[in-house]
Amino acid sequence: MNLKLKIWRQKNAATKGKIVNYDINEVSSDMSFLEMLDVLNADLTEKGDEPVSFDHDCREGICGSCSLQINGRPHGPDGGTTTCQLHMRKFKDGDSIVIEPFRAKAFPIVKDLIIDRSAFDRVQHAGAFVSVNTSGNTQDANATPINKGDADNAFDAASCIGCGACVAACKNASAMLFVSAKVSQYALLPQGQVEREKRVTDMISQMDEEGFGACTNTGACEVECPKGISITNIARMNREFIKSNLKS
Amino acid sequence: MSFILSSIGKKVAMSLSAFFLISFLLLHVAINFLSVVSERMYNEASHFMGTNPIIQFVMQPILILGVLFHFTLGFVLEFQNKSARPVKYEMKNNQLNSSWLSRNMIYSGLVILAFLGLHFYDFWIPEIQYKYIEFQDPNRHRYFAELTHKFEDPTRVGFYTVSFILLMMHLLHGFQSAFQSLGVNNKFAPGIKKTAWAFSVAIPLTFVFIALFHHLKH
Repeated sequence: MNLKLKIWRQKNAATKGKIVNYDINEVSSDMSFLEMLDVLNADLTEKGDEPVSFDHDCREGICGSCSLQINGRPHGPDGGTTTCQLHMRKFKDGDSIVIEPFRAKAFPIVKDLIIDRSAFDRVQHAGAFVSVNTSGNTQDANATPINKGDADNAFDAASCIGCGACVAACKNASAMLFVSAKVSQYALLPQGQVEREKRVTDMISQMDEEGFGACTNTGACEVECPKGISITNIARMNREFIKSNLKS
Repeated sequence: MSFILSSIGKKVAMSLSAFFLISFLLLHVAINFLSVVSERMYNEASHFMGTNPIIQFVMQPILILGVLFHFTLGFVLEFQNKSARPVKYEMKNNQLNSSWLSRNMIYSGLVILAFLGLHFYDFWIPEIQYKYIEFQDPNRHRYFAELTHKFEDPTRVGFYTVSFILLMMHLLHGFQSAFQSLGVNNKFAPGIKKTAWAFSVAIPLTFVFIALFHHLKH
């Protein structure tokens, strides 16, 4: 198939970016979206042009590295997938595809489609950890009985890959779905109880400091999340935060 | 960071002030509906609300503060949320992942604010002038006649209708969203959503019905 690509090009964080048009021909419907960009980059390199920079790593929908706002949707038109799992069969011959980076003040653009998502790392550093006995006689985690429902919910929350699609989809660039998934996965488990109250206040404080917006419960994040993280986690985080503040 | 300055704290404050304003709406519509049922009952209820010192000098200022608080915080949140994405997308497809109502609360809120301005000018300021500036006779039988006189004007009825439809749109997202902000999203959530939806439709439409009823009858 032949496609018209409209891609955001930006030299670096300090310069202004713009949409640049590219025509790409003979794209196989079996290609992944990132492979299509690889082909484009090979063409650009052959012509002596600067290839388009974009994030990618595992290309298996696990690492959370790939991003891209494709035709106005994070990770493109397919539900429950990351950009690397998106295939060109989802597009038709002659389609125009607009490709932009995830946009948020907290995710500054590094180059072209690459964004700096270290704000997520700093939010995690603020509280997404547990205290463990490291004296040499650490108890096996499986020795602690955990309610099946809590274990399932914690596991679901832990499936968040931190890609940032929730921020990209939210009209407020809010990171509440990501932060709530991290808060939930620990708050639901016995191992996470030691720092339970401090964790939520520290992570929210860091989240606000990074410049993410507030949640207005549109539910867009849940729809666009490639891992299907539910906004019930946001409600849980709100409860955790209210309880933590009431206790302190 | 203090609770009220945090993003969640502000949302909790928005939700609590919303519940307060929603409870006032319920009281307001109940009293207004008395005008459809009985002129005498409406006059009695209005006279009580208009002369009871606790309602006049305690509840009324709290209500005004509640309205100002909700709107001011709404604007603060909107400004902060807008600044979280300084560069806009070239292409948006938000209609595929969220409802128009949920994305445009600020606009339905602004129309309601304009309506409140008119409502204050139309009802509240003349009432304050009547009672506390001109110190006129507190005639307990005047309220019904004043109400029906106001709703004779088709422009006013039209504006009221549009405003209450916008209020309905605001409530359709806002009411159930307030529960989520307070952390209520459990097995009762589907029932809460349905109840909030029914309330959000019924209350504004009852206000519209009352205005149309008096406009057509008198």
